[in-house]
Amino acid sequence: MASSEVPQPPMGMLAELTHRCPLQCPYCSNPVALERRRHELDTATWQRVFAEASEMGVLQVHLSGGEPALRPDLPELVQACADAGLYSNLITAGVNINRARLETLADAGLDHVQLSVQGATPEVTDHIANMSGAHARKRAFAAEVTALGLPLTLNAVIHRANLHQIDDFVELAIELGARRLEIAHAQYYGWALVNRAALMPSREQVMSALERVEAVRERLQGRLVIDAVMPDYHARLPKPCMNGWGRQSLNVTPSGKVLPCHAAETIPHLEFWNVADHGLREIWYDSPAFNAYRGTDWMPETCQSCERKEIDWGGCRCQALMLTGDAAQMDPVCEKSPYHDEVQTLAVLDAAGDADFTYRRFARTPEGA
Amino acid sequence: MTAIQESDIVRLPRGVRLREDKQRGGWVLLAPERVFQLDGIAQTVVSEVDGERSVGTIIDRLCDTYQAPRERIAEDVTTMFAGLIEKRVLEVM
Repeated sequence: MASSEVPQPPMGMLAELTHRCPLQCPYCSNPVALERRRHELDTATWQRVFAEASEMGVLQVHLSGGEPALRPDLPELVQACADAGLYSNLITAGVNINRARLETLADAGLDHVQLSVQGATPEVTDHIANMSGAHARKRAFAAEVTALGLPLTLNAVIHRANLHQIDDFVELAIELGARRLEIAHAQYYGWALVNRAALMPSREQVMSALERVEAVRERLQGRLVIDAVMPDYHARLPKPCMNGWGRQSLNVTPSGKVLPCHAAETIPHLEFWNVADHGLREIWYDSPAFNAYRGTDWMPETCQSCERKEIDWGGCRCQALMLTGDAAQMDPVCEKSPYHDEVQTLAVLDAAGDADFTYRRFARTPEGA
Repeated sequence: MTAIQESDIVRLPRGVRLREDKQRGGWVLLAPERVFQLDGIAQTVVSEVDGERSVGTIIDRLCDTYQAPRERIAEDVTTMFAGLIEKRVLEVM
Protein backbone atom coordinates (compact mmCIF):
# COMPACT_ATOMS: atom_id res chain seq x y z
CA MET A 1 0.00 0.00 0.00
CA ALA A 2 1.07 3.62 -0.25
CA SER A 3 2.90 4.33 2.99
CA SER A 4 0.48 7.09 4.05
CA GLU A 5 -2.50 4.73 3.97
CA VAL A 6 -3.58 3.18 7.25
CA PRO A 7 -4.96 -0.34 6.86
CA GLN A 8 -8.60 -0.94 7.72
CA PRO A 9 -9.35 -3.11 10.75
CA PRO A 10 -10.18 -6.77 10.08
CA MET A 11 -13.82 -7.90 9.79
CA GLY A 12 -13.34 -11.61 10.40
CA MET A 13 -11.15 -13.86 12.48
CA LEU A 14 -10.54 -17.57 12.03
CA ALA A 15 -9.80 -19.07 15.44
CA GLU A 16 -8.19 -22.49 15.05
CA LEU A 17 -8.87 -23.73 18.56
CA THR A 18 -7.11 -27.06 18.06
CA HIS A 19 -5.59 -29.12 15.29
CA ARG A 20 -6.91 -32.34 16.80
CA CYS A 21 -9.73 -33.89 14.78
CA PRO A 22 -11.58 -37.22 14.67
CA LEU A 23 -11.66 -37.05 10.86
CA GLN A 24 -8.68 -37.50 8.54
CA CYS A 25 -9.78 -35.68 5.40
CA PRO A 26 -7.05 -35.62 2.78
CA TYR A 27 -8.04 -32.10 1.61
CA CYS A 28 -7.58 -30.50 5.04
CA SER A 29 -6.22 -26.96 4.91
CA ASN A 30 -4.30 -27.38 8.16
CA PRO A 31 -0.52 -27.48 7.89
CA VAL A 32 1.10 -30.89 7.49
CA ALA A 33 3.01 -30.19 10.72
CA LEU A 34 -0.03 -30.08 13.02
CA GLU A 35 0.25 -28.21 16.33
CA ARG A 36 -0.05 -30.45 19.35
CA ARG A 37 -2.38 -30.26 22.29
CA ARG A 38 0.23 -29.18 24.82
CA HIS A 39 0.93 -26.03 22.76
CA GLU A 40 -2.72 -24.95 22.58
CA LEU A 41 -3.74 -21.60 24.06
CA ASP A 42 -5.61 -21.75 27.35
CA THR A 43 -9.15 -20.51 27.93
CA ALA A 44 -8.17 -17.16 29.43
CA THR A 45 -5.90 -16.29 26.51
CA TRP A 46 -8.60 -17.04 23.94
CA GLN A 47 -11.06 -14.97 25.97
CA ARG A 48 -8.63 -12.04 25.90
CA VAL A 49 -8.06 -12.49 22.16
CA PHE A 50 -11.81 -12.37 21.47
CA ALA A 51 -12.20 -9.19 23.54
CA GLU A 52 -9.27 -7.59 21.70
CA ALA A 53 -10.66 -8.70 18.34
CA SER A 54 -13.99 -7.05 19.03
CA GLU A 55 -12.35 -3.84 20.25
CA MET A 56 -10.34 -3.52 17.07
CA GLY A 57 -13.32 -4.04 14.74
CA VAL A 58 -13.69 -7.78 14.13
CA LEU A 59 -17.38 -8.62 13.62
CA GLN A 60 -17.40 -12.37 13.06
CA VAL A 61 -15.36 -15.16 14.60
CA HIS A 62 -15.12 -18.57 12.97
CA LEU A 63 -14.42 -21.17 15.63
CA SER A 64 -12.56 -23.83 13.75
CA GLY A 65 -9.82 -26.42 13.96
CA GLY A 66 -9.23 -29.27 13.63
CA GLU A 67 -12.42 -30.03 15.45
CA PRO A 68 -13.20 -27.14 17.83
CA ALA A 69 -15.60 -29.31 19.87
CA LEU A 70 -12.62 -31.30 21.15
CA ARG A 71 -11.92 -28.31 23.39
CA PRO A 72 -13.79 -28.90 26.66
CA ASP A 73 -13.97 -25.10 27.14
CA LEU A 74 -15.84 -24.50 23.86
CA PRO A 75 -18.99 -23.18 25.63
CA GLU A 76 -16.89 -20.64 27.57
CA LEU A 77 -15.24 -19.55 24.35
CA VAL A 78 -18.61 -19.12 22.61
CA GLN A 79 -19.75 -17.14 25.65
CA ALA A 80 -16.66 -14.92 25.38
CA CYS A 81 -17.56 -14.16 21.75
CA ALA A 82 -21.15 -13.34 22.71
CA ASP A 83 -20.01 -11.12 25.60
CA ALA A 84 -17.77 -9.21 23.20
CA GLY A 85 -20.63 -8.76 20.69
CA LEU A 86 -18.93 -11.01 18.16
CA TYR A 87 -20.95 -13.17 15.77
CA SER A 88 -19.84 -16.75 16.44
CA ASN A 89 -19.72 -19.40 13.77
CA LEU A 90 -18.92 -22.98 14.75
CA ILE A 91 -17.13 -24.87 11.97
CA THR A 92 -17.46 -28.51 12.91
CA ALA A 93 -17.30 -32.05 11.61
CA GLY A 94 -20.42 -32.74 13.71
CA VAL A 95 -19.40 -36.21 14.92
CA ASN A 96 -18.76 -35.50 18.61
CA ILE A 97 -21.37 -32.99 19.79
CA ASN A 98 -24.41 -34.50 21.47
CA ARG A 99 -27.73 -32.79 22.08
CA ALA A 100 -26.88 -31.60 25.60
CA ARG A 101 -23.59 -30.06 24.49
CA LEU A 102 -25.21 -28.37 21.53
CA GLU A 103 -27.85 -26.88 23.84
CA THR A 104 -25.07 -25.54 26.07
CA LEU A 105 -23.44 -23.93 23.05
CA ALA A 106 -26.73 -22.43 21.88
CA ASP A 107 -27.40 -21.07 25.37
CA ALA A 108 -23.92 -19.56 25.43
CA GLY A 109 -24.94 -17.51 22.40
CA LEU A 110 -23.73 -19.48 19.38
CA ASP A 111 -25.00 -17.75 16.24
CA HIS A 112 -24.44 -20.25 13.45
CA VAL A 113 -23.23 -23.77 12.69
CA GLN A 114 -21.25 -24.78 9.63
CA LEU A 115 -21.19 -28.54 9.25
CA SER A 116 -18.71 -30.23 6.93
CA VAL A 117 -19.94 -33.03 4.70
CA GLN A 118 -17.30 -35.03 2.87
CA GLY A 119 -19.80 -36.81 0.67
CA ALA A 120 -23.55 -36.89 0.08
CA THR A 121 -23.77 -40.59 0.94
CA PRO A 122 -22.35 -42.71 3.79
CA GLU A 123 -19.92 -44.59 1.51
CA VAL A 124 -18.31 -41.42 0.18
CA THR A 125 -18.24 -39.49 3.47
CA ASP A 126 -16.84 -42.36 5.51
CA HIS A 127 -14.17 -43.09 2.91
CA ILE A 128 -12.99 -39.48 2.52
CA ALA A 129 -13.10 -38.76 6.27
CA ASN A 130 -11.60 -42.19 6.98
CA MET A 131 -14.13 -42.67 9.76
CA SER A 132 -16.74 -45.35 9.75
CA GLY A 133 -20.21 -44.09 10.67
CA ALA A 134 -19.27 -40.43 10.19
CA HIS A 135 -22.06 -39.69 7.71
CA ALA A 136 -24.79 -41.05 9.97
CA ARG A 137 -23.47 -39.01 12.90
CA LYS A 138 -23.40 -35.87 10.78
CA ARG A 139 -27.01 -36.36 9.72
CA ALA A 140 -28.09 -36.82 13.31
CA PHE A 141 -26.15 -33.73 14.36
CA ALA A 142 -27.71 -31.63 11.59
CA ALA A 143 -31.16 -32.65 12.82
CA GLU A 144 -30.28 -31.49 16.35
CA VAL A 145 -29.02 -28.15 15.02
CA THR A 146 -32.19 -27.37 13.13
CA ALA A 147 -34.39 -28.72 15.94
CA LEU A 148 -32.82 -26.10 18.21
CA GLY A 149 -33.56 -23.44 15.61
CA LEU A 150 -29.89 -22.68 14.95
CA PRO A 151 -29.09 -21.70 11.37
CA LEU A 152 -27.17 -24.41 9.52
CA THR A 153 -24.74 -24.25 6.62
CA LEU A 154 -23.44 -27.37 4.94
CA ASN A 155 -19.91 -27.14 3.64
CA ALA A 156 -18.87 -29.58 0.94
CA VAL A 157 -15.28 -29.48 -0.25
CA ILE A 158 -15.35 -31.02 -3.69
CA HIS A 159 -12.67 -32.79 -5.66
CA ARG A 160 -12.26 -35.80 -7.93
CA ALA A 161 -13.68 -38.31 -5.44
CA ASN A 162 -17.03 -36.55 -4.82
CA LEU A 163 -17.53 -34.08 -7.65
CA HIS A 164 -20.16 -36.33 -9.18
CA GLN A 165 -22.36 -35.72 -6.13
CA ILE A 166 -23.15 -32.02 -6.55
CA ASP A 167 -26.88 -32.57 -7.05
CA ASP A 168 -26.88 -34.98 -4.10
CA PHE A 169 -25.24 -32.39 -1.85
CA VAL A 170 -28.02 -29.98 -2.77
CA GLU A 171 -30.68 -32.59 -1.99
CA LEU A 172 -28.97 -33.34 1.31
CA ALA A 173 -28.82 -29.64 2.25
CA ILE A 174 -32.54 -29.27 1.64
CA GLU A 175 -33.40 -32.48 3.42
CA LEU A 176 -31.37 -31.49 6.48
CA GLY A 177 -32.93 -28.03 6.60
CA ALA A 178 -29.75 -26.07 5.84
CA ARG A 179 -30.19 -22.43 5.00
CA ARG A 180 -26.93 -22.28 3.11
CA LEU A 181 -24.69 -24.64 1.14
CA GLU A 182 -21.05 -24.00 0.36
CA ILE A 183 -19.65 -25.91 -2.56
CA ALA A 184 -15.95 -25.32 -2.31
CA HIS A 185 -13.45 -26.76 -4.73
CA ALA A 186 -10.42 -28.04 -2.83
CA GLN A 187 -7.64 -25.48 -2.58
CA TYR A 188 -4.18 -26.98 -2.66
CA TYR A 189 -2.43 -26.09 0.58
CA GLY A 190 -1.45 -28.15 3.60
CA TRP A 191 -2.78 -31.69 3.37
CA ALA A 192 -4.60 -30.95 0.13
CA LEU A 193 -1.27 -30.14 -1.49
CA VAL A 194 0.14 -33.47 -0.34
CA ASN A 195 -2.92 -35.10 -1.91
CA ARG A 196 -3.15 -33.00 -5.03
CA ALA A 197 -2.70 -35.93 -7.39
CA ALA A 198 -5.52 -37.81 -5.65
CA LEU A 199 -7.91 -34.83 -5.60
CA MET A 200 -7.42 -32.80 -8.77
CA PRO A 201 -10.37 -33.00 -11.16
CA SER A 202 -10.03 -32.67 -14.90
CA ARG A 203 -10.90 -29.44 -16.64
CA GLU A 204 -14.05 -31.04 -18.08
CA GLN A 205 -15.18 -32.16 -14.64
CA VAL A 206 -14.62 -28.66 -13.25
CA MET A 207 -16.59 -26.99 -16.04
CA SER A 208 -19.48 -29.38 -15.69
CA ALA A 209 -19.49 -28.90 -11.89
CA LEU A 210 -19.64 -25.12 -12.32
CA GLU A 211 -22.58 -25.46 -14.68
CA ARG A 212 -24.41 -27.75 -12.26
CA VAL A 213 -23.95 -25.29 -9.40
CA GLU A 214 -25.20 -22.35 -11.49
CA ALA A 215 -28.30 -24.23 -12.63
CA VAL A 216 -29.21 -25.34 -9.12
CA ARG A 217 -28.54 -21.93 -7.62
CA GLU A 218 -31.04 -20.30 -9.93
CA ARG A 219 -33.66 -22.98 -9.26
CA LEU A 220 -33.40 -22.65 -5.47
CA GLN A 221 -33.15 -18.89 -5.11
CA GLY A 222 -34.76 -17.81 -1.84
CA ARG A 223 -34.79 -21.39 -0.52
CA LEU A 224 -31.15 -22.26 -0.26
CA VAL A 225 -28.23 -19.85 -0.52
CA ILE A 226 -25.46 -21.53 -2.50
CA ASP A 227 -21.97 -20.12 -2.32
CA ALA A 228 -19.25 -21.54 -4.50
CA VAL A 229 -15.49 -21.45 -4.03
CA MET A 230 -13.94 -21.64 -7.45
CA PRO A 231 -11.36 -24.16 -8.54
CA ASP A 232 -7.97 -22.68 -8.97
CA TYR A 233 -5.39 -24.41 -11.15
CA HIS A 234 -7.67 -24.68 -14.17
CA ALA A 235 -8.60 -21.00 -14.05
CA ARG A 236 -7.54 -18.04 -16.18
CA LEU A 237 -7.60 -15.46 -13.39
CA PRO A 238 -6.28 -15.85 -9.84
CA LYS A 239 -8.57 -15.87 -6.83
CA PRO A 240 -8.58 -12.70 -4.72
CA CYS A 241 -6.99 -14.66 -1.90
CA MET A 242 -8.33 -13.50 1.50
CA ASN A 243 -9.62 -10.46 -0.43
CA GLY A 244 -6.11 -9.11 -0.07
CA TRP A 245 -3.30 -9.86 2.36
CA GLY A 246 -3.90 -8.33 5.78
CA ARG A 247 -6.93 -6.51 4.46
CA GLN A 248 -10.07 -8.11 5.96
CA SER A 249 -9.23 -11.10 8.09
CA LEU A 250 -6.75 -12.84 10.29
CA ASN A 251 -6.13 -16.35 11.49
CA VAL A 252 -5.01 -17.44 14.96
CA THR A 253 -3.44 -20.90 15.19
CA PRO A 254 -3.97 -23.25 18.17
CA SER A 255 -0.69 -22.09 19.71
CA GLY A 256 -1.50 -18.40 19.22
CA LYS A 257 0.45 -17.46 16.11
CA VAL A 258 -1.40 -14.84 14.11
CA LEU A 259 -1.34 -15.35 10.35
CA PRO A 260 -2.74 -13.39 7.40
CA CYS A 261 -4.10 -16.70 6.04
CA HIS A 262 -4.03 -20.31 7.19
CA ALA A 263 -1.22 -21.29 4.82
CA ALA A 264 1.03 -18.26 5.42
CA GLU A 265 3.53 -20.26 7.43
CA THR A 266 4.61 -21.96 4.21
CA ILE A 267 6.42 -18.71 3.39
CA PRO A 268 9.58 -19.30 5.39
CA HIS A 269 11.03 -15.79 5.55
CA LEU A 270 7.96 -14.25 7.23
CA GLU A 271 8.00 -13.41 10.93
CA PHE A 272 4.74 -14.21 12.71
CA TRP A 273 3.87 -12.78 16.09
CA ASN A 274 2.06 -14.64 18.84
CA VAL A 275 -0.85 -13.42 20.97
CA ALA A 276 1.18 -14.50 24.02
CA ASP A 277 3.69 -11.73 23.28
CA HIS A 278 1.68 -9.02 21.51
CA GLY A 279 -1.77 -7.48 21.46
CA LEU A 280 -3.92 -8.38 18.46
CA ARG A 281 -4.08 -4.74 17.29
CA GLU A 282 -0.30 -4.42 17.35
CA ILE A 283 0.02 -7.67 15.38
CA TRP A 284 -2.48 -6.53 12.74
CA TYR A 285 -0.95 -3.11 12.17
CA ASP A 286 2.74 -3.57 12.97
CA SER A 287 3.88 -7.18 12.59
CA PRO A 288 6.26 -7.87 9.71
CA ALA A 289 4.15 -10.72 8.30
CA PHE A 290 1.00 -8.62 7.95
CA ASN A 291 2.85 -5.75 6.30
CA ALA A 292 4.85 -7.95 3.92
CA TYR A 293 2.24 -8.14 1.14
CA ARG A 294 -0.37 -5.64 2.27
CA GLY A 295 -1.84 -3.33 -0.35
CA THR A 296 -0.26 -3.11 -3.81
CA ASP A 297 3.29 -1.68 -3.35
CA TRP A 298 4.90 -5.13 -3.20
CA MET A 299 3.40 -6.21 -6.54
CA PRO A 300 5.48 -6.94 -9.64
CA GLU A 301 5.12 -4.63 -12.64
CA THR A 302 2.57 -6.81 -14.45
CA CYS A 303 0.22 -6.57 -11.46
CA GLN A 304 0.96 -2.87 -10.88
CA SER A 305 -0.21 -2.01 -14.38
CA CYS A 306 -3.17 -4.43 -14.34
CA GLU A 307 -6.70 -3.05 -14.05
CA ARG A 308 -7.57 -5.96 -11.74
CA LYS A 309 -4.90 -5.23 -9.16
CA GLU A 310 -7.43 -4.18 -6.52
CA ILE A 311 -9.85 -6.94 -7.53
CA ASP A 312 -7.51 -9.94 -7.44
CA TRP A 313 -4.94 -8.37 -5.07
CA GLY A 314 -2.24 -10.32 -6.92
CA GLY A 315 -3.86 -13.65 -6.08
CA CYS A 316 -2.28 -15.96 -3.52
CA ARG A 317 1.20 -15.42 -2.04
CA CYS A 318 1.53 -18.99 -0.78
CA GLN A 319 0.70 -20.37 -4.20
CA ALA A 320 3.16 -18.00 -5.85
CA LEU A 321 5.94 -19.31 -3.60
CA MET A 322 4.91 -22.93 -3.95
CA LEU A 323 4.76 -22.93 -7.75
CA THR A 324 7.34 -20.30 -8.74
CA GLY A 325 9.73 -20.22 -5.78
CA ASP A 326 9.02 -16.52 -5.12
CA ALA A 327 6.20 -15.33 -2.84
CA ALA A 328 6.28 -11.85 -4.44
CA GLN A 329 5.58 -13.23 -7.93
CA MET A 330 2.12 -12.81 -9.40
CA ASP A 331 -0.10 -15.81 -8.71
CA PRO A 332 0.93 -18.34 -11.39
CA VAL A 333 -2.73 -19.18 -12.03
CA CYS A 334 -3.04 -15.79 -13.75
CA GLU A 335 -2.88 -16.02 -17.54
CA LYS A 336 -0.43 -13.11 -17.55
CA SER A 337 2.06 -15.14 -15.52
CA PRO A 338 4.98 -16.78 -17.34
CA TYR A 339 4.22 -19.86 -15.20
CA HIS A 340 0.54 -20.09 -16.22
CA ASP A 341 1.02 -22.87 -18.80
CA GLU A 342 3.11 -24.87 -16.36
CA VAL A 343 0.32 -24.77 -13.78
CA GLN A 344 -2.26 -25.88 -16.32
CA THR A 345 -0.04 -28.78 -17.37
CA LEU A 346 0.46 -29.74 -13.75
CA ALA A 347 -3.30 -29.82 -13.23
CA VAL A 348 -3.82 -32.01 -16.28
CA LEU A 349 -1.14 -34.46 -15.13
CA ASP A 350 -2.49 -34.64 -11.58
CA ALA A 351 -6.03 -35.13 -12.84
CA ALA A 352 -4.94 -38.07 -14.96
CA GLY A 353 -3.26 -39.87 -12.07
CA ASP A 354 -4.73 -42.48 -9.73
CA ALA A 355 -2.92 -41.64 -6.49
CA ASP A 356 -4.30 -42.88 -3.16
CA PHE A 357 -5.20 -40.58 -0.28
CA THR A 358 -2.62 -39.72 2.33
CA TYR A 359 -4.89 -39.25 5.32
CA ARG A 360 -4.41 -36.31 7.68
CA ARG A 361 -2.70 -37.47 10.87
CA PHE A 362 -0.28 -36.30 13.50
CA ALA A 363 3.21 -37.48 12.70
CA ARG A 364 4.43 -40.29 14.90
CA THR A 365 7.32 -38.95 16.90
CA PRO A 366 9.13 -40.25 19.96
CA GLU A 367 7.82 -37.28 21.98
CA GLY A 368 4.22 -38.34 21.23
CA ALA A 369 1.12 -36.13 21.21
CA MET B 1 -38.26 -12.36 -6.97
CA THR B 2 -40.39 -13.19 -3.93
CA ALA B 3 -43.73 -11.39 -3.88
CA ILE B 4 -44.32 -9.63 -0.60
CA GLN B 5 -47.67 -8.39 0.77
CA GLU B 6 -48.26 -5.37 2.98
CA SER B 7 -50.03 -7.64 5.45
CA ASP B 8 -46.92 -9.82 5.84
CA ILE B 9 -45.07 -9.66 9.12
CA VAL B 10 -41.32 -9.93 8.69
CA ARG B 11 -38.50 -10.69 11.06
CA LEU B 12 -34.78 -11.27 11.13
CA PRO B 13 -34.30 -15.05 11.31
CA ARG B 14 -32.20 -16.52 14.07
CA GLY B 15 -28.56 -16.14 13.14
CA VAL B 16 -29.07 -12.69 11.65
CA ARG B 17 -28.27 -9.70 13.82
CA LEU B 18 -28.34 -5.94 13.32
CA ARG B 19 -25.63 -4.05 15.17
CA GLU B 20 -23.65 -0.88 15.13
CA ASP B 21 -20.14 -1.05 13.70
CA LYS B 22 -18.38 1.49 15.85
CA GLN B 23 -14.93 0.92 14.35
CA ARG B 24 -15.92 1.59 10.76
CA GLY B 25 -19.03 3.67 11.43
CA GLY B 26 -22.56 2.79 10.40
CA TRP B 27 -24.58 -0.36 10.99
CA VAL B 28 -24.20 -3.91 9.76
CA LEU B 29 -26.39 -6.94 9.36
CA LEU B 30 -24.45 -9.98 10.53
CA ALA B 31 -25.54 -13.22 8.87
CA PRO B 32 -24.07 -16.69 8.41
CA GLU B 33 -20.57 -16.01 7.13
CA ARG B 34 -21.65 -12.71 5.66
CA VAL B 35 -21.63 -9.09 6.67
CA PHE B 36 -23.99 -6.61 4.98
CA GLN B 37 -22.93 -3.00 5.48
CA LEU B 38 -26.08 -0.89 5.56
CA ASP B 39 -26.40 2.70 4.42
CA GLY B 40 -28.44 5.15 6.51
CA ILE B 41 -31.72 4.42 4.76
CA ALA B 42 -31.30 0.63 4.85
CA GLN B 43 -30.46 0.84 8.54
CA THR B 44 -33.62 2.87 9.24
CA VAL B 45 -35.77 0.39 7.34
CA VAL B 46 -34.23 -2.74 8.87
CA SER B 47 -34.46 -1.19 12.35
CA GLU B 48 -38.24 -1.11 11.88
CA VAL B 49 -38.31 -4.91 11.63
CA ASP B 50 -39.29 -6.23 15.05
CA GLY B 51 -41.21 -9.40 14.25
CA GLU B 52 -44.52 -7.70 15.12
CA ARG B 53 -45.04 -4.89 12.65
CA SER B 54 -46.50 -5.69 9.25
CA VAL B 55 -44.81 -4.45 6.11
CA GLY B 56 -47.69 -1.97 5.71
CA THR B 57 -47.17 -0.60 9.21
CA ILE B 58 -43.47 -0.21 8.56
CA ILE B 59 -44.23 1.71 5.37
CA ASP B 60 -46.65 4.00 7.24
CA ARG B 61 -44.10 4.72 9.93
CA LEU B 62 -41.40 5.50 7.36
CA CYS B 63 -43.81 7.88 5.56
CA ASP B 64 -44.02 9.85 8.80
CA THR B 65 -40.24 9.85 9.21
CA TYR B 66 -39.36 10.83 5.66
CA GLN B 67 -42.41 12.89 4.67
CA ALA B 68 -42.32 11.22 1.25
CA PRO B 69 -45.10 9.87 -1.00
CA ARG B 70 -46.34 6.52 0.33
CA GLU B 71 -46.20 4.90 -3.09
CA ARG B 72 -42.49 5.53 -3.43
CA ILE B 73 -41.65 4.36 0.05
CA ALA B 74 -43.78 1.26 -0.42
CA GLU B 75 -41.88 0.38 -3.56
CA ASP B 76 -38.45 0.94 -1.97
CA VAL B 77 -39.33 -1.05 1.14
CA THR B 78 -40.85 -4.03 -0.66
CA THR B 79 -37.92 -4.15 -3.10
CA MET B 80 -35.42 -4.07 -0.26
CA PHE B 81 -37.29 -6.72 1.73
CA ALA B 82 -37.64 -9.01 -1.28
CA GLY B 83 -33.88 -8.76 -1.82
CA LEU B 84 -33.17 -9.59 1.83
CA ILE B 85 -35.61 -12.52 1.76
CA GLU B 86 -33.84 -13.89 -1.30
CA LYS B 87 -30.55 -13.77 0.61
CA ARG B 88 -32.33 -15.44 3.54
CA VAL B 89 -31.51 -12.68 5.99
CA LEU B 90 -35.17 -11.73 6.39
CA GLU B 91 -38.20 -13.98 6.62
CA VAL B 92 -41.97 -13.71 6.46
CA MET B 93 -43.55 -15.10 9.60
